[in-house]
Amino acid sequence: MTATSILGKPTSRIDGRAKVTGAAKYAAEHNVPELAHGFVVTSAIAKGRIAQIDMADALAVDGVIAVFTHSNRPKMAASHEKYSDDVAPAGKPFRPLYDDRICFSFQPIALVVAEEPEIARFAASLLHIDYEQEPHETDFEKQRDHAFVFKGDGENHSHKRGKADKAFADAPVKVAAEYRMEVEHHNPMEMFGATAVWEGDGRITVHDKTQGPVNCRDYLANVFGMKADELRVLNPYVGGAFGSGLRPQYELPLAVLAARALKRSVRVTLTRQQMFGLGYRAGNIQSLKLGAERDGRLTSFAHEFIGMTSQFEAFQRTCVAWSSQLYKCANTDLVQKLVRLDQNSPCDMRAPGGCEGVYAIECAMDELSYAANIDPLELRLVNYSDRDQMEDKPYSSKELRECYRQAAERFGWSKRNPRPRSMKDGHELVGWGMASGIWEAMQLEASARAVLGANGSLEIASATADIGPGTYTMMAQLGAELMGVPLDNVTVKLGDSDLPQAPVEGGSFTTASVGSAIAAACRAVQKDLLRVAQKAAGSPLKGAKFADVEFADGRIRRKDGGAEVSFADAMRAGKLDRIEKEASAAPNDKSKFAHYTHSAIFAEVKIDEELGVIRVTRVVNAVAAGRILNPKIAGSQILGAIVGGIGMALHEETLTDHRFGRFMVHNLADYHVPVNADVHGIEVIFVDEQDDEINPLGVKGVGEIGIVGTAAAIANAIYHATGKRVRDLPITIDKVMRA
Amino acid sequence: MNNFDYARATDVADAVRRIAADANARFVAGGTNLVDLIKEGVARPSRLIDITHLPLDRVEDAADGGLRIGALVRNSDLAWHPQIEARYPLLASALLAGASAQLRNMATTGGNLLQRTRCFYFYDTTTPCNKREPGSGCSARDGVNRMHAILGASEHCIAVHPSDMCVALAALEARVLATGPEGDRSIPFAEFHRLPGDRPEIDTTLRADEIITAVELPAKCFAKNYSYLKVRDRLSYAFALVSVAAALDLDGGSIKEARLALGGVAHKPWRNRAAEDALTGAPATRESFARAADVLLREARGYGHNDFKIDLARRAIVRALTQAAAGTPQSQADKRIR
Amino acid sequence: MAHHASAAASRAERFAAPAKTTVTFRVNGTNRTINVAPWTTLLDALRVNLDLTGTKKGCDQGQCGACTVLIGGRRVLSCLSLAVMQDGAEVTTIEGLARDGKLHPLQRAFIDHDAFQCGYCTPGQICSAVGLINEGKARSPDEIRELMSGNICRCGAYTAILAAIEEVMANGRAPSGGAAR
Repeated sequence: MTATSILGKPTSRIDGRAKVTGAAKYAAEHNVPELAHGFVVTSAIAKGRIAQIDMADALAVDGVIAVFTHSNRPKMAASHEKYSDDVAPAGKPFRPLYDDRICFSFQPIALVVAEEPEIARFAASLLHIDYEQEPHETDFEKQRDHAFVFKGDGENHSHKRGKADKAFADAPVKVAAEYRMEVEHHNPMEMFGATAVWEGDGRITVHDKTQGPVNCRDYLANVFGMKADELRVLNPYVGGAFGSGLRPQYELPLAVLAARALKRSVRVTLTRQQMFGLGYRAGNIQSLKLGAERDGRLTSFAHEFIGMTSQFEAFQRTCVAWSSQLYKCANTDLVQKLVRLDQNSPCDMRAPGGCEGVYAIECAMDELSYAANIDPLELRLVNYSDRDQMEDKPYSSKELRECYRQAAERFGWSKRNPRPRSMKDGHELVGWGMASGIWEAMQLEASARAVLGANGSLEIASATADIGPGTYTMMAQLGAELMGVPLDNVTVKLGDSDLPQAPVEGGSFTTASVGSAIAAACRAVQKDLLRVAQKAAGSPLKGAKFADVEFADGRIRRKDGGAEVSFADAMRAGKLDRIEKEASAAPNDKSKFAHYTHSAIFAEVKIDEELGVIRVTRVVNAVAAGRILNPKIAGSQILGAIVGGIGMALHEETLTDHRFGRFMVHNLADYHVPVNADVHGIEVIFVDEQDDEINPLGVKGVGEIGIVGTAAAIANAIYHATGKRVRDLPITIDKVMRA
Repeated sequence: MNNFDYARATDVADAVRRIAADANARFVAGGTNLVDLIKEGVARPSRLIDITHLPLDRVEDAADGGLRIGALVRNSDLAWHPQIEARYPLLASALLAGASAQLRNMATTGGNLLQRTRCFYFYDTTTPCNKREPGSGCSARDGVNRMHAILGASEHCIAVHPSDMCVALAALEARVLATGPEGDRSIPFAEFHRLPGDRPEIDTTLRADEIITAVELPAKCFAKNYSYLKVRDRLSYAFALVSVAAALDLDGGSIKEARLALGGVAHKPWRNRAAEDALTGAPATRESFARAADVLLREARGYGHNDFKIDLARRAIVRALTQAAAGTPQSQADKRIR
Repeated sequence: MAHHASAAASRAERFAAPAKTTVTFRVNGTNRTINVAPWTTLLDALRVNLDLTGTKKGCDQGQCGACTVLIGGRRVLSCLSLAVMQDGAEVTTIEGLARDGKLHPLQRAFIDHDAFQCGYCTPGQICSAVGLINEGKARSPDEIRELMSGNICRCGAYTAILAAIEEVMANGRAPSGGAAR
């Protein structure tokens, strides 16, 4: 696609006004008539069964309507498969309130429904629950020796090329190290909630906090044996999710269960504490062994990843493949393993797999740079790979070299003294570190609708979501540009399962997937428009083929100049007041190319060594992600992901008490995420990257890439500052002091 | 939340009458801790007595040249009060190190004194906790205790007091004024908070039927050589791992008088006279500061996760005293530690 | 089916619905009277009783700042304020900042600087920034960062939030959102 007046411009969000005025309504904010309020009670134990729930006291509270437990719940599907969803890992999905089994601490075990929210919460505190406790195991380190390779999800999590062991043994320069990460929780600002609206005729409309309204509708249909057209799931505004809303969370079935049983609208909102019982980014241990020639060329790359999962599902994402996409190496041994624990299943959290794997890879590369006495950036260039060695394919585009160059220049990398502990600002140690980032540029099948009005209005609609990345604005910009109408003429509908079907919003694939569908729908409208324009008596477009005309500024023009017809005239001639088209787009599965987004991150830290206090004073991140449709909003994605990376590097950890099998960090005072004072200068650069192969729009998506590598760049900067290598995230004060 | 009544006290005597009449009633003012605890089911008061309309919201000169701070003066108003900024900057600094701007706008002086611990287990009603449920056991001793006490703990409780303000008040030797059915009391700050011992459910020596009316600051204010240094897991809006209030009265290069109090390390703001005595008459040098730190931390012990806090406290003491001696107190906005 | 409520006589007193109190306060310049139990927070009173859902519930325990509103021009957390204690108060929420359809300068600046993504912390950020400007204590970027640290933005828009506030401060005093102190 060529440069345009709408795409590539730093347009402000079209949903901005709704968000800054408080007009945007989120899932738990629909105060429908006769609304009842549900409060969830969760398990205090990690494993066992519910022997008894005495609900007499709770039911005695004035204003309590009902208490639902496994023993009195309405009928729900029995088979685990019915609780699966588009994003579910292999295994037997959890069935909320289904039976007396307790599989994890914080598991929902009862729902109290009352006339007012506080009545429900009070009554919930009066449930008397007897458990039959069984021994649980949540200690990841203790179970490490029982780690196993899980092959049941159809994905290959192991990869071998050449002879990594021998090459490592023979290598003149080596690094062998083990890296760890604690469990992290997404903690989007909006708490999970669902308002199930009883429509009176058996139909239910649910306002839910989710990244996928279609996924949720289908889930509900399966769980409750309802027809898809009896259900509608809405999520036009979502207060962040970061992956936590990809799968249907339990507030959704519980709200619907209660609404159906009571024939009344019911809202269920989780507490912040309860949200720590949802999925999480799995804690992990990663062992890396890198061998290289004296000039830094990799000869051996071994990477073992051990992650955690629940007893009932095997959650894992691609963690170890990334080195084979980033760096040339003939001898590679990559393997992923899992440990089963009595915890809920992990779930996708921003750049799942990549974020974790690349952290360890990029720290190990940093260690190798010191071992080989080569500049860390130079080491990346020496090993730069033009092929994806996992698939043995070239890249459709890979401007990573340019990312390195531009970010290094902006950062001032050439002024770096390579020696650790050599740079100071007053009494603070200064560290400069860098890392690479990579994420898969995916596209899924999606559909969209375009409706062109006779007055030049355009409505673009798709059942995707906007959890914050600016999907509304992206859809409006693409619609305006592709249809050829001013941006102000465009309205966007999303977050509604009744709209043309789309996948969950996640994985950085929404722009490529939904955007391609919008392109197809606009094209279909334009074809009709041309047809009616040509029917008019004396049409100057007579005989023109679709390829002979262009659509811009509300007009159809012959590309060879001269003749043009306005959309309005064309539609008047065809006696049409609207043209509506729905279309789908699917990825090219037969591509001979590998599709990836890349980045180079440079970070500066200043450290008060005596007290272990780390300040991240500067981050420069250069991203190559194909075509950037809106640098302002895409830039915010990167900025925000870097803040997430700072949290990952320095703050975030959900500590477990293994005696109780319970996350003891379960609020926002104890689960530290960066606050404003933690964030200083961050610069984002988008490197030009043309990619005509990946999809007609040339877009790759930017939701994940900003967090991948960021923690490694910071960890590497901390090493450069202090000469101490802390390999376990987060790098808290005690670890800096101890190192 | 449990079902509680609400009543508004008309004056101090009325407040005392009301609290004395109901053992399970609690005063409420800023609500920044109590409301949260009620939501969690940790506090289950029968009645809340709203004292926000009592005339206790003034900062006034005290007879001895000190200052009298009404119990209802909000933390932000106190931090930015001209008299506090000018005469008691250590207190101003400690206040601004605590919580967030919104919370400081709500929290009162009296309420801040009565903050309860932020121990994970105290807040989680599914786990044993002697402070919440006497006799149930202390989960933190062998559990997740990164934030916990290294000084003055007992086998029954290793929780810490979370306040920043109180650490400065301890160093300044404030007094807590209280009124009850038996009249007025002036409680030395060191005696206001207590150690857990075998009654960890009791945080202070305030009687159940008493109300805090004011905090009095003595005339001696250490406005020149002071520092409040707070070390925490992120750069703002987090409870202290360790905080230090340091105040020095210098005579040239030697120390005439020293005050040293620590936050985040014990069940109460931790002050140790022996450590201060070790500084008195000594030169204001790093060596002296390190010696004082050693004295203060002689009895310190860790419980696993929090072992590092002993060393961290030692370093923070030395640094805060160094800042105080140099007249370069720690800024609460510029996060570079001086 | 679920067990439905049928209060036993002996329990009737223990578990009676709390008595409700009439509370009158000004919200965004309009007198509002609500009937609430003591346990109803100002946050729930706004969101549920008055359907002013612009004020957000992010943690319900004073740890995120999403529920920030202005009382008498001062920023406070509505999740830790009991509605019954606000009788006679002057409350300004995000819905009260725009006047006659014209955005408050901070609202405008937040849009211009893309100072939000999901938008959920945004009303709290903006009300907090109004309070910050009213306080008049923040002069440097470091001071703004510190005094805005009670508002968590998980999308990580902090640099843009800072830029938006700096711009409004540089352009002179913004409307205070209710009576300033």
